[in-house]
Amino acid sequence: MYSEKVMDHFTNPRNVGEIENASGVGTVGNAKCGDIMRIYFDIDENQVIKDVKFKTFGCGAAVATSSMATELVKGKTIYEALTVTNKAVMEALDGLPPVKVHCSLLAEEAIHAALWDYCEKNDIKIEGLEKPKNDISEDEEEEEY
Amino acid sequence: MGKNPVRIVIYKKYLYRKEDKTMEEKSFIYLDHAATTAARPEVVEAMLPYFTENFGNPSSVYTFSQKNKAVVTECREKIADSLNAKSNEIYFTAGGTESDNWALKAAAEAYASKGNHIITTKIEHHAILHTAKYLESKGFEVTYLDVDENGVVKLDQLRQAIRPETILISVMFANNEIGTIQPIKEIGEIAKKHGILFHTDAVQAYGQIPIDVDECHIDMLSASGHKLNGPKGIGFLYIRTGLKLRNFVHGGAQERSRRAGTENVTGIVGFAKAVEIAFCTMEERSQKECMMRDYLIDRILAEIPYARLNGHRTKRLPNNVNISFQFIEGESLLIMLDMAGICASSGSACTSGSLDPSHVLLAIGLPHEIAHGSLRMTIGDENTMEEMDYVIEQIKEIVTKLRAMSPLYEDFMKHS
Repeated sequence: MYSEKVMDHFTNPRNVGEIENASGVGTVGNAKCGDIMRIYFDIDENQVIKDVKFKTFGCGAAVATSSMATELVKGKTIYEALTVTNKAVMEALDGLPPVKVHCSLLAEEAIHAALWDYCEKNDIKIEGLEKPKNDISEDEEEEEY
Repeated sequence: MGKNPVRIVIYKKYLYRKEDKTMEEKSFIYLDHAATTAARPEVVEAMLPYFTENFGNPSSVYTFSQKNKAVVTECREKIADSLNAKSNEIYFTAGGTESDNWALKAAAEAYASKGNHIITTKIEHHAILHTAKYLESKGFEVTYLDVDENGVVKLDQLRQAIRPETILISVMFANNEIGTIQPIKEIGEIAKKHGILFHTDAVQAYGQIPIDVDECHIDMLSASGHKLNGPKGIGFLYIRTGLKLRNFVHGGAQERSRRAGTENVTGIVGFAKAVEIAFCTMEERSQKECMMRDYLIDRILAEIPYARLNGHRTKRLPNNVNISFQFIEGESLLIMLDMAGICASSGSACTSGSLDPSHVLLAIGLPHEIAHGSLRMTIGDENTMEEMDYVIEQIKEIVTKLRAMSPLYEDFMKHS
């Protein structure tokens, strides 16, 4: 069902954990649908993502996409991180079963949500970066699809 | 070559192909007996001659084939006895789903002149629920009864749901996900009192617990072979004598013309053998399975916090354990159990291919996030207490690991 890469990132997820006093935190998804992702960024004064951690409640694909997404944005500037798409995450994992594609969307949204949080705190405006709509604190009832 | 050229593979061992194309033997712990079971070696042995030397069509006139006709009759009697039914009330089908389809569609059609209302429950198998939805599209009205927090049908609600135009009540004998056994006798009495047909999907219960169709006033009953160590592709529908159902599959005169098509003789022989063994060993098996079931439940609930048992604690199938672990998701749990060599199942959305978790777990009132974290383990008599110990240790480790990466658990711990 899953590629070897997905299984690898699921069984040995990279960057699991939390960052205290993180520069930016984003939580997306909702428990009703069975997927929640939270990403923490530690961003330095040059706007480079020095460290990244995640926690995910969800299926194998959700854990693997979170893990891969954190790997892809680590060491990147916030502007570069913004260009990491769900497609890139999926390709890096050698694909996902069709019913699991929404997990990769969630990973992209989690990155954006954490970047938004950082930008808000630091009064930065980036074109194309919008307020996360999928944040669990927003609307519990909102269905993803 | 010996008389029996097919080697019977030892149960609990399976062969799988690795990338280097070599075959490797691997043993695993199978805890998904509600999904399917392995045919017993005795069952396979009984079936083998009917693939080859005894291949005759029971409808043919010559002696060679007439022997098979007699064999089918004998099997039918054996199965009828197991339910306290008559042999001409047993109609072989391709399995539980076909039996459910037949029962609902044929009863609806046959009694449409009397009324268009059907009563069933929210926790039925999809073979019933989707057939009921189909009947709704054909103009029938269906009431889906609620269940209580243990998954038991509310009899008061059933009584209130009955209308003059109600023609059929269909309630499963025992639930496939949470194992809850329904008050079938009481439901049968209510149906009888109101002159309404009563069907029960007994796919999970048949061979596990005693069933008497007369005592429970059952008019139709579905069962399947592969849930009780018989072959796949064979099942039956019990239809009480006198029920005026139309023929389901049109063709030859097989199954009293109601379900035409050459008999699946091998399947029938295997099914009857499995039934014979299941009923001979029921008491002993049930005791053993209940012991393992209770051990699993008690230890998991005692040793893993934020876990709850789904389904009734005692009115439950001997082989069923269904537990929800808060803050984690079922598919992750299943994959990790699989890697530890344990086969189980879950009611999470990710295992059903939709965004919604199991309709059964939602019907007993679980919130979505807790339903997503459910684990079903269904025991068989070949399982051992040593295996249960191993399984419990693995579950403890995996749940801890998954909770450590769960944002829900993190929030819960911070706020408590």
